[in-house]
Amino acid sequence: MHSDRASFGLRAAALGGLLFLHLPILIIFLYAFTTEEKSYAFPPPGLTTEWFAVAWNRADIWPPLYLSLWVATISTLLAMILGTLVSAAMAQTRFFGREQISLLILLPIALPGVITGMSLRSAFSIMDIPFSTLTIILGHATFCIVIVYNNAVARFRRLSGGILEASADLGANSFQTFRHVFLPNLGSALLAGGMLAFALSFDEVIVTTFTAGQQSTLPIWMLQELVRPRQRPVTNVVAIVVFMATFLPILIAYYLTRNGSETAGAGK
Amino acid sequence: MTAPAVLPARGLADRLTALFWRHPRVLLSLLLAPPLLWLGVVYLGSLAALLLQSFYSIDEFSGVVKEEFTLKTYAELFRAQNLDIILRTVLMSAAVTLGCALIAFPIAYYAARFAKGRWKAVFYLGVMLPLWSSYLVKVYAWKLILAKEGIITWAADALHLSMVLNAILSIPGIGGNSLSTSWIGTFLVFVYIWLPYMILPMQAALERVPSSMLEASADLGASRAQTFRTVVFPLAMPGIIAGSIFTFSLTMGDYIIPQIVGTSARFIGLAVYQLQGTAGNIPLAAAFAVVPIVIMLVYLTVAKRMGAFDAL
Repeated sequence: MHSDRASFGLRAAALGGLLFLHLPILIIFLYAFTTEEKSYAFPPPGLTTEWFAVAWNRADIWPPLYLSLWVATISTLLAMILGTLVSAAMAQTRFFGREQISLLILLPIALPGVITGMSLRSAFSIMDIPFSTLTIILGHATFCIVIVYNNAVARFRRLSGGILEASADLGANSFQTFRHVFLPNLGSALLAGGMLAFALSFDEVIVTTFTAGQQSTLPIWMLQELVRPRQRPVTNVVAIVVFMATFLPILIAYYLTRNGSETAGAGK
Repeated sequence: MTAPAVLPARGLADRLTALFWRHPRVLLSLLLAPPLLWLGVVYLGSLAALLLQSFYSIDEFSGVVKEEFTLKTYAELFRAQNLDIILRTVLMSAAVTLGCALIAFPIAYYAARFAKGRWKAVFYLGVMLPLWSSYLVKVYAWKLILAKEGIITWAADALHLSMVLNAILSIPGIGGNSLSTSWIGTFLVFVYIWLPYMILPMQAALERVPSSMLEASADLGASRAQTFRTVVFPLAMPGIIAGSIFTFSLTMGDYIIPQIVGTSARFIGLAVYQLQGTAGNIPLAAAFAVVPIVIMLVYLTVAKRMGAFDAL
């Protein structure tokens, strides 16, 4: 009894599952417009756009936003440089310790954030390193490398190794090959990796709570509001900002890589 | 008669290229040095620091970390209250893994076997967007949904199902005052957040099941259910186990969700966070953080024994 149509039950379960993944996010958008400030009453008693103005004028939101943007930018740049280097090396040859290196790159994201965070915290404590923006970036760049690496390596697999040799045969030196063959072929994959790394860093909260000290990134600000709410709708407005700041890079990454056999993001 | 090759003057870049050609190891080392230094120093160094700290202890009177080797801190893990935390975390991780597997399977199966063209893209983005979109925003959304005055209570009222909701909430042990302060709430949010991590490896495994095998199974007279049980499911198993590694490990290390939704009972992650922060007991926090590592190593060893990685 071979059939190419799914049974009704399977279709319902699959679509239901997809809805389960998406409906909760829509709720956030609705609650940003509610007139109810003290509770999460549903349905909202009235709708208003005043919270966007209130959030705009709240002085305590801007420094965390700037810090998050700054940290995400620097971490992404670092991760892109390191990720490109390691993927170029891995693409080249089989060498001793190859498996171990790919495990090492994967580890910071494969182990739970608490372990990465607590490890960094232990190291800072032993070496008496004070918390600063640098300590936040140290953590973020570490787990962002794998994101860039995954994207670049997936593209390499598709790229025939012959074109690097062809470039050499035609007289290009290593740097010219890098500039004229390597980068154009890898560019969009690297950019997609960078986008995803940015989204990941901008949103990261678990490792950051261990490495930030007294400073607040935007997710840490949100976490504090979640534990002790003040103006609930304002938190919603910030939630929308955080959502968009991660959502847009993901979409861009998808469009940059969708024509390939690999698509960005499959290995968070 | 052959014309002499015309070679341009060789600059530094060309000479380096020649060096790389003659000694590929040089190029390899140059490429690998910066990333390996970073990961080696920052990451492995930190993991070593974690292990080191866990063998230190804290002076009970002064609260100062004593930098001497001792197993005292690990012994503290075996106190009843700490064992409770570990057991609770492991049970929750197991429950969440099971829940994720049940909900993920139909999605992964449909996406891998039946979705074509446009729908394939819909399913792909439909899983990828929730996976990547902000973790904290998603948790926050659930706080709104599960709140006593929130949408679930409203929907239950509207559908005259309040009785059912109250009955669920009054289940001893896992119920509570409202969904957002009960174990059920914590469980739901965990399942929601880690679900995509289960779907993706499952789908990858299911996509590798050759359709010729399904046809062969049908030709040999198997019913749909038999084909599923004896062909599809065993072949999907490596994917399920790979997914379970993610959901199990991620649940075990999370401390934000139990803090925001659920009873105030502690999980390993929260214990680590509070011990290193307010309590200032970094050695015990480090020892606690080693627990998930050990459990995951055991888990991975068992998964490997069961052949979960052979098919990957």
